[in-house]
Amino acid sequence: MSGPSTYEPKTAIERWLDARLPIVRFSADLLDFPTPKNLNYWWTFGGILAFCLITQIVTGIILAMHYNASGTGAFASVQHIMRDVNYGWLIRYIHANGASMFFIAVYIHIFRGIYYGSFKAPREVLWLIGATIYLVMMATAFFGYVLPWGQMSFWGAKVITNIFGAIPVLGPPLVTWLVGGFTVDAPTLNRFFSLHYLLPFVIAGLVGLHIWALHVPGNNNPTGVNVKTKSDTVPFHPYYTVKDSFAVSVFVILFACFVFFMPEALGHVDNYIPANPLATPAHIVPEWYLLPYYAILRAIPDKLSGVIAMGSAIACIFALPWLDTSRVRSMRYRPQAKLYFGIFFVVCLILGFCGAHEPDDKLWPGSIGFQLFDSNINSYVWLSRIAALYYFVYFLVITPLLGLRETPLPAPESISTPVLSHPAATPAGAVAAPEEKG
Amino acid sequence: MLRKVLALAVLLGLAAAPALAETTQAPLREQHWSFNGPLGMYDQAQLQRGFKVYAQVCSQCHSINYIAFHNLGDPGGPFWNPKYPNSNDNPVVKAIAAGWPRQVPDINADTGDATHRPATTADVLVAPFPNDAAARASNGGALPPDMSLLVSAREGGPSYVYNIASYNAPTPAGLTPPPGKYYNPYFSGDVSGSWTGDPNKVPVGGFIGMPPPLTDCKVTFDDGTPCAKEQEAKDVAAFLMWASDPKMDERKQMGLAVLIYLGLFSGLLYLSYRQIWRGVAH
Repeated sequence: MSGPSTYEPKTAIERWLDARLPIVRFSADLLDFPTPKNLNYWWTFGGILAFCLITQIVTGIILAMHYNASGTGAFASVQHIMRDVNYGWLIRYIHANGASMFFIAVYIHIFRGIYYGSFKAPREVLWLIGATIYLVMMATAFFGYVLPWGQMSFWGAKVITNIFGAIPVLGPPLVTWLVGGFTVDAPTLNRFFSLHYLLPFVIAGLVGLHIWALHVPGNNNPTGVNVKTKSDTVPFHPYYTVKDSFAVSVFVILFACFVFFMPEALGHVDNYIPANPLATPAHIVPEWYLLPYYAILRAIPDKLSGVIAMGSAIACIFALPWLDTSRVRSMRYRPQAKLYFGIFFVVCLILGFCGAHEPDDKLWPGSIGFQLFDSNINSYVWLSRIAALYYFVYFLVITPLLGLRETPLPAPESISTPVLSHPAATPAGAVAAPEEKG
Repeated sequence: MLRKVLALAVLLGLAAAPALAETTQAPLREQHWSFNGPLGMYDQAQLQRGFKVYAQVCSQCHSINYIAFHNLGDPGGPFWNPKYPNSNDNPVVKAIAAGWPRQVPDINADTGDATHRPATTADVLVAPFPNDAAARASNGGALPPDMSLLVSAREGGPSYVYNIASYNAPTPAGLTPPPGKYYNPYFSGDVSGSWTGDPNKVPVGGFIGMPPPLTDCKVTFDDGTPCAKEQEAKDVAAFLMWASDPKMDERKQMGLAVLIYLGLFSGLLYLSYRQIWRGVAH
């Protein structure tokens, strides 16, 4: 942790323990951690994500007590949970919708990091750990979606594992090894259950590293300006514990609206039909949080190239700290970057939208359009191609070049400067040194 | 070379896709349901009527394997009675189990021979066929789907069931269904191959293995509700909605309490936040 510890053991037992395992000191320093005082509500999503992870692990452990990971029993055991287990329906709906809530929060968290330059030096390792968490989250969510063993579970597993089959030479044996046979079947379900139980604890470990890597340089903040003096900060507790608690509570309201009033809104009806290898659903779609990558995969007619494009889309996120050449962290002072970021955000939504539709479906049903190369221009496949192109141009061209060419607005001297120069920001009776409280 | 051929096939496939005939389905006639909206609940009288339609008509071919007799008397169920918190004691439920037309397959403990015994409240509603193969053999090769999750597993939910089940009209002239199949505009499919009329006026919908199941007063209702086939279809759709989602009443009631609690709790946290931060310029 950065900075000297301010903890002083007050009782004999605390002194005894402090000399052996300074766990109280560790916790006290975490709570006292000096945090920039100007963090806005976008910064509450770190706490919200911790809440999501704990919720998923707790509900998941209970579900695993009642779930039967077998090809013949899985579907029925989910119905057993929904109908016979006390509050099983509540626990399962929290877990199923919790996955979506987790991804809503993580996407906001990632976009916040991009906008405010939280990935830039000295926070590159923090960013890499975060991107790894996101990657493991996607794998965990995918494994989890297979477990109810409905039609979408089965065919989703088939499509996703087949992606690895595109790798030359190694692909086909890799798929066989991955699914535990020559096709997706009961052995696949068993190993996916095992991995679905394992990976959340890997995520928890990575989250520990993520917080550790956060506490070395300390938090970024909306100005992107480094903390200069202690008056730029407040102790994490009680200032941010109370703010994060409020944000978590508001987030849980949204969560509860899904769980109690539209628990199936983010699911797919086909997953209430038991898995049947002989009947392919009309439309195989992954869960919403994977749709942008699915759109990139399908935008390219060659399977291997599509897989490479999809992998590159994720690799761009990892490479971002070395792609961005701007020395100004926060886009608050980069008007052009703000514009391109806004387009990038919309493009990500468009990619998700394209992923949910059949590539050949018409974008505007009224218009005939015309054939361009392999597909009609008035189709989702062309929209996803244009969007995918911008996605890569944003990372590989705009981000490196803009940092060299743009003229940023002047950034404030310190965190406190914009705060104090704002006429409404100094309330009567403001305490001069709030960091000494709590 | 092989890869080039495959890539070409993919390209041609993409180009040719729009030329293929598409499946169609008539737009569903939406119904008003008592359980619509965030606070809508099941109508117990409707569930009872719907159960009667299921028992007298649907259960001839369709199993409902996730519903046991005692579930019918669970809170929110068709025969829930607060006098019998343990639904196995509910006399209506016991009578339904005892009077169920099919017995439960069992093994004679002394001889090991296959046998049958009367249903108890703990048994699932005994299915019409011993296995899928028997069900297909009796239905021209088509498998009548289990009805426990039918509403959850179909786009349109209860309105889909209503539209499929209430349709009962003569096959349009010019359309010749395959043997053992029936035209239903609400069943997604493509009937162009069996259509001899104007190729631009192919009827929407598809061929289903189920003959039109309901007619007026095929089931009479004990509460005096007029027994039009639309009413029968609507009531059985409501019953199947309950079968798919038996905890919906409980879920919505709890949700309301949770939202009120969270609203107050968030308000208190916001006030705490303002109180703690009141002296900090930020």
